[in-house]
Amino acid sequence: MDMGSLLHQFLQQLINGISLGSIYALIALGYTMIYGILKLINFAHGDIYMLGAYFGFVATTMLGFSFVPAIIFAMVGAAIAGIIIERIAYRPMRNAPRIAILITAIGVSFLLEYGMMLIATPQPRTFPAVFAADVYHFGPLVVNSQQIVILVSAIILMAILTYIVQYTKIGKAMRAVSFDTDAARLMGINIDRVISATFALGSALAAAGGVLVGIYYNSIDPLMGMVPGIKAFVAAVLGGIGIIPGAMVGGIILGVVEAMVSGFISSTFRDAAAFGILIIILLYKPAGIFGKNVREKV
Amino acid sequence: MNILRKSDLKRIVACAILFAAVQGLLFAEIIGPFWELNIVLICINIILAVSLNLINGYTGQFSIGHAGFLAVGAYTGAIMTVKLGFPFEVALVVGTVAAGFLGFLIGLPTLRLNGDYLAIATLGLGEIIRICILNIDYVGGASGLMGIPRFTTFAWVFWIMIFVIFFIKNFKNSSYGRCCLAIRENEIAADTMGIDTTKYKVMAFTLGAAFAGTAGVLFSHYFYIAHPASFTFMRSFDILTMVVLGGLGSMTGSITGAVLLTFISAYLAEYPEWRMIIYSATMIVLMLHRPQGLFGNKELSMKMFGLGGGKDGRTAESK
Repeated sequence: MDMGSLLHQFLQQLINGISLGSIYALIALGYTMIYGILKLINFAHGDIYMLGAYFGFVATTMLGFSFVPAIIFAMVGAAIAGIIIERIAYRPMRNAPRIAILITAIGVSFLLEYGMMLIATPQPRTFPAVFAADVYHFGPLVVNSQQIVILVSAIILMAILTYIVQYTKIGKAMRAVSFDTDAARLMGINIDRVISATFALGSALAAAGGVLVGIYYNSIDPLMGMVPGIKAFVAAVLGGIGIIPGAMVGGIILGVVEAMVSGFISSTFRDAAAFGILIIILLYKPAGIFGKNVREKV
Repeated sequence: MNILRKSDLKRIVACAILFAAVQGLLFAEIIGPFWELNIVLICINIILAVSLNLINGYTGQFSIGHAGFLAVGAYTGAIMTVKLGFPFEVALVVGTVAAGFLGFLIGLPTLRLNGDYLAIATLGLGEIIRICILNIDYVGGASGLMGIPRFTTFAWVFWIMIFVIFFIKNFKNSSYGRCCLAIRENEIAADTMGIDTTKYKVMAFTLGAAFAGTAGVLFSHYFYIAHPASFTFMRSFDILTMVVLGGLGSMTGSITGAVLLTFISAYLAEYPEWRMIIYSATMIVLMLHRPQGLFGNKELSMKMFGLGGGKDGRTAESK
């Protein structure tokens, strides 16, 4: 390959990577918010994303919604599901050992996956095209309208999230709880309500990611959340878990690296790349790109 | 590690009687092929659960990548017999050593992490192992390594299982095992008491990985095939569930968990769509109501039923 085509290939993969990465970022945000508050790796988060994709599917095929109402429908549905899951499975375990909660999360994840299989059959469904797929050429580079929609939606959602977390009362409460739960409780913050709100917000973002993926790949299935769920966690760790801008950056980086690996090496090694990044970051900078090192105290 | 004690001798006799009974039923064909397969599977699962319990339960290092070591054992064993024509015994040893060596290599850097981070790192490593295997054409890539002769018999799995159980039981009661328990209880305190925590963590991890490798060799030589799809993180979670169901840190718990879950899976085999739902719902309900598992970290013994006797198997309480 000469330099020109190499550069072209690089830029093309960069475009693909950023659009894929913004979806990872959407899922990673939920992970990072929930971890920040509960110190729980919510394994079921990837399945909320799957749930969101199915809600979007129902909205577009059965209810005949267009893109924006469908994504809002999916977000609301997933937010309610997130609150219910937290209420039933995680709230009774506030004081249980960490391992027990982690296993509950794994259980919830399986329950959602196989419950969905029972309801919607294991066969993949074709996600309807909600808008015309145009292809734009910028010189030799190819960008399609889906990628643009994904990126724009992701940016809008992240902006809304940043606004909520930074400038609203509930956002302030979230930051307080994640900073110090006990002190927040003493200040009269209703912890349970804040946690419910966090689950609702995180789940809504994951659902938006699910709908966008459905549009991008045209296909959804009950196990679609498994691998992206774990990868989004990698993205959250990469950026520094518990840190909201970290999840955004981590998601984009992960998406770009994956696109590069599948473009230049082999697409079968794509998943290994994500885990490779994870191991390297954990070994050399476990607090993540934006994280500060916390000293261990006895 | 330890010379046989009198109580161990009694247990071995009990095992031999159990073995003779099951083997007799197999010979008489009272147990059909379906249940024979499940009995072998139970033994393999017990090896896996007990070895994971050594890492998660005794040493307190939360590892969820056990399927990766299972895969390494399954593939190296199969390469030995199918590609290189070595006998089964050699395959067993090589599979065990290979998985153990890999466990050592992986354990050395990753065991510096703790808690959730270690869990995710081991999960990732398990997947990396699987993806690497998937990309090696020499072992069949995505279609799996086929044509593995069935060397695994009930006798093989049973006695290897007994060996692993006794090995880990004795390990736990040795000074090494005590160090592992100390690390589980409080790593910083153990460190201050002069225990080389890294050494013992890596030791437990290596041993656990090695026995998972043994289970892998037995697995691939029973099912004729080593396929990457059988070693996904679903499998790791399966093993983890067995250990947690029985109670982390309880060997009899792990064994009970393995037997129970394999039976549940076998019974639900006719309703595949319900299998995982019941499985996961059980897991959630159990965690909500008994987060420490069925036995907690106690051992099942006669004493538990108020019958006295059994002086062994209570070490976890006397910590």
